[in-house]
Amino acid sequence: MRITCPHCGERDRREFYYRGAATDLERPAPDAGEEAWDNFVFLRENPAGETRDLWYHEGGCGAWIVVARNTVTHEVLGTQLASEARS
Amino acid sequence: MRFSGFRVFKEGLTGNKGWTPHWRDPEPKSEYDIIIIGGGGHGLSTAYYLAKEHGLTNVAVLEKGYIGGGSIGRNTTIVRANYFLQGNSEFYSHSLKLWEGLEEDLNYNVMHSQRGIINLFHSDGQRDAAARRGNMMISQGDDAILLGRDELRKMLPYLNFDDLRFPLYGGLYHPRGGTARHDAVAWGFARGADQRGVDLIQNCEVIGIDIENGAVRGVQTTRGPIRAKKVAMVAAGRSGQVAAMAGMRLPIESHVLQAFVTEGLKPCIDHVVTFGMGHFYISQSDKGGLVFGGDLDFYASYAARGNLPTVENVMEAGVALMPMIGKAKVLRSWGGIMDMSPDGSPIIDKTHIDGLFLNCGWNYGGFKAVPGSGNVFAHLIATGRYHENATKFRLDRFRTGRGVMDEEGKGSQHNLH
Repeated sequence: MRITCPHCGERDRREFYYRGAATDLERPAPDAGEEAWDNFVFLRENPAGETRDLWYHEGGCGAWIVVARNTVTHEVLGTQLASEARS
Repeated sequence: MRFSGFRVFKEGLTGNKGWTPHWRDPEPKSEYDIIIIGGGGHGLSTAYYLAKEHGLTNVAVLEKGYIGGGSIGRNTTIVRANYFLQGNSEFYSHSLKLWEGLEEDLNYNVMHSQRGIINLFHSDGQRDAAARRGNMMISQGDDAILLGRDELRKMLPYLNFDDLRFPLYGGLYHPRGGTARHDAVAWGFARGADQRGVDLIQNCEVIGIDIENGAVRGVQTTRGPIRAKKVAMVAAGRSGQVAAMAGMRLPIESHVLQAFVTEGLKPCIDHVVTFGMGHFYISQSDKGGLVFGGDLDFYASYAARGNLPTVENVMEAGVALMPMIGKAKVLRSWGGIMDMSPDGSPIIDKTHIDGLFLNCGWNYGGFKAVPGSGNVFAHLIATGRYHENATKFRLDRFRTGRGVMDEEGKGSQHNLH
């Protein structure tokens, strides 16, 4: 699996650390309540097919990257800086 | 048909013509008391114990593929009870006791081999942690022996005792741990459930769960609708998709875990050996192949295969630990899909929907739990009460924060367990 870092170009998967679903970028307010926090920290859509997840370019530029990916075929469909995905 | 030494002898002399299929291939009925979604190890053992211990035989197991085709056939067959935390500890202890009587109970040779498991450690701190875990295992009523370096060398002379990065200080030895033949476990439970009247329905995928007024009414399948008073979801590896049919989101992320087997060799590795620091573990099958594996590929995946970086890691760790295996040729590799939960412990619970039950989140530990999981889940389905050895596998422990069982203190990120 190779991932295209928006800064560094296409790189080996080994340069990246996997964090989890990209919903990690949607942090609820501290007082949003038990349900919102359960949803954020624990519950997952966990699709068999296309998903968006969050990777860190640990062995490269240090950017957090949202990777659109297929969980069944391991095909990488596209990447975007997390800072841009959130804004 | 009962298996016995006499029967094997007789069949051997008469051309093996008397063997019959191990289970029927029935058409689904229009209604059952209980439907079990998933004909893997856990689903089959749930059906078996529902019939055997609770007398509930109007039960169907719906399997989208074939019996033995899922994770029950894709694991590395290790059976152990070396857990630390209350909740896990008594459950795996219960499961190991069931393993120890399983072959007689099922009248089926599952090749359960209590060859012992040795977890290696490499520092004073790790030795303290191993001693603490061993004491917990003993206090639970199971067995654990702390091995020093010299004792370890006597038992496992083939290890690399000169490794500078991870010097071998000793190991935590769990003599009652071991392995079993995974396919035979599925077949044995399938046969046992079928003999007691449970319908095992293969090539029958559930495509919808019918819910009315907050209560389950049955399921829609590729072979038509089936009504049921109770429905149990036991589909680890695909838990999220099954639960989504009931409108539920689960605290599960699916990951691929690879495993490998070499060509058949003469007996050389007598135990199960785990090298936690290298993310490597190994045993030798009765057929002679070295069966080994490592850690997750670490990204969410439903592909039953992994990527090469993990293969490289596992091979490096294996050869670093036991250089003698460097000459063995790897015959094949495969991946299994793990339900990774936020604390590394499973979920066996009711849901907010009446009559709908959930069994999932087995992380890497599903195989050894097969008898225990089915046993306690059958108890929950039949009586509506938690089994005394499975009171803590609650679905709501994440939302409330009460009763989270994180054996290694890794935190809530699913893939770190």
